[in-house]
Amino acid sequence: MNNLSDLEKKINSELGTKINTSEIKHNQIYLKIDSEDLIDVVLFVKTNKDTKFRQLIDITVVDYPEMSKRFKIVYLFLSHEFNQRMILSYDISENEVISSLTSIFPSANWMEREVFDMYGVSFKDHPDLRRILTDYGFEGHPLRKDFPLTGHTEVRYSEDQKRVVNEPVKLEQNYRNFDYESPWEGTKYIKELTDSNDKKN
Amino acid sequence: MTKKIKNLNLNFGPQHPAAHGVLRLILELDGEVVEKADPHIGLLHRGTEKLIENKTYMQAVPYFDRLDYVAPMNQEHAFALAVEKILDIDVPIRAQFIRVLFCEIGRILSHILNVTTQALDVGALTPSLWGFEERETLMTFYERASGSRLHANYFRAGGVHQDLPAGLETDIAKFCETFPKIINDLENLLTDNRIFKQRNVDIGIVTKEDALDYSFSGVMIRGSGVPWDLRKSQPYDCYDQLEFKIPIGKNGDCYDRYLCRIEEMKESVKIIKQCLSKMEKGPVKTFDGKITPPSKKEIKQSMEALIHHFKLFTEGYRVPKDEIYTAVEAPKGEFGVYLISDGSSKPYKCKIRAPGFSHLQSMDYLIKGHMLADVPAVLGSLDIVFGEVDR
Repeated sequence: MNNLSDLEKKINSELGTKINTSEIKHNQIYLKIDSEDLIDVVLFVKTNKDTKFRQLIDITVVDYPEMSKRFKIVYLFLSHEFNQRMILSYDISENEVISSLTSIFPSANWMEREVFDMYGVSFKDHPDLRRILTDYGFEGHPLRKDFPLTGHTEVRYSEDQKRVVNEPVKLEQNYRNFDYESPWEGTKYIKELTDSNDKKN
Repeated sequence: MTKKIKNLNLNFGPQHPAAHGVLRLILELDGEVVEKADPHIGLLHRGTEKLIENKTYMQAVPYFDRLDYVAPMNQEHAFALAVEKILDIDVPIRAQFIRVLFCEIGRILSHILNVTTQALDVGALTPSLWGFEERETLMTFYERASGSRLHANYFRAGGVHQDLPAGLETDIAKFCETFPKIINDLENLLTDNRIFKQRNVDIGIVTKEDALDYSFSGVMIRGSGVPWDLRKSQPYDCYDQLEFKIPIGKNGDCYDRYLCRIEEMKESVKIIKQCLSKMEKGPVKTFDGKITPPSKKEIKQSMEALIHHFKLFTEGYRVPKDEIYTAVEAPKGEFGVYLISDGSSKPYKCKIRAPGFSHLQSMDYLIKGHMLADVPAVLGSLDIVFGEVDR
């Protein structure tokens, strides 16, 4: 359907309880579902003649380490026919294994490998779940918020051993992440300082 | 007596001139026929997305130049649009024309590189020599506008960094007059060339259905006959005020994709000409002082401006909490940015959707059953640049 709100109504009425929330903003439709309904929802929006989200644009994850359901899995879809974009998402906890979309969209293969590589989210029935972007033998999942920006290991060519060696990262200078937030808008540490000063007075 | 025959595994790349960068392709060969292809990527992985999460919105822009480094400004455009949409700011019309102008220059830059190196891969040397001369001219335009030939860092949320220098517009107009002749010369060398056709026609055919299933975009999907171009279907900036055509292929083979690229370059020249004629003098950045840094002159006279300058270059501007996906039609296909802001001055998450990633993924599907010699031809027509595939 060419009209976004009609499309939202259609998806909501057809899929009913499977859609937790739906929202339209920035000319796109945002859906929240449960992880077990993924295959049903995706099959519906791909094949239904009123939605026709025939193309999977990307799969990605957002990491919220402080939440109990840590990862938000995001799927981006595009319908050429109706010129619409849809963003589908659901939350999972750290060790949950989720369904793979490779049987519906062959392009999901590398996208899921990237998700696995970067966030450590596993997919059941994925044909070939290997690391993709990081080095052979890499450890850790770089895009998690608790992975340091500088990484854990660095490589160099060792003249003694005549080969490339992995070593723990040594920094000449610590990574400097200054707090630039405007103090007059009440950053945490300033607030704490002023509060303690107030108490002293 | 029977002899046991085993398939041969061949390691193509990562150091191979036809691998277009650092692709490592593990090929399983039955004689000279490719049975299976397994691309290994990530040799140019720099963790761009992680770095962007640790930088302010303004500092994130240069990382986009380093993705698809043959058309840097197109990538910056996607990021600028995403931030503008969340901030809900308008871009002055002159800035829109400048951005579109340089995006089209980027498209020509990318297509020249691709067409000529594809020709080089199948044995024609001359096109690259002729084409690169034009790329050089185009890169000087980049340099005159932004100060840098490749890593421009020119687009900003709310406009562009600075106005075009005097005389640049006339020089680009002059280029638009001479360049179509160069395209014709390239076409004379390639389009009806017997060897070029033998190497490209009916090689790497993609059907419409598969183009959709494999998340193809850009020339890869248009070559298969799907009329889809984000500049037309979801116009951004001033593309809706410009007239241009979208060339579509018929057979979805390497040759059709080559033809699409040639035609797209001609359309780009038309767009550039229109931009130049429609562009009027005016501001090139939004006036919002909380986003646009003040001019040098202002800083010397106004305390307010000095404070703004300091805050913008240390803390950066804050972007309200939101979630958005924006895409542009980059030369290689749909380049998208999925941005999550959390109200601070740094993006919480910035996922980059690179067209080359999904194109390269289909290598196994494309090359199965072809000869080993077709691998560079197919790879060439996929238009792979490792900066964006590996990110």
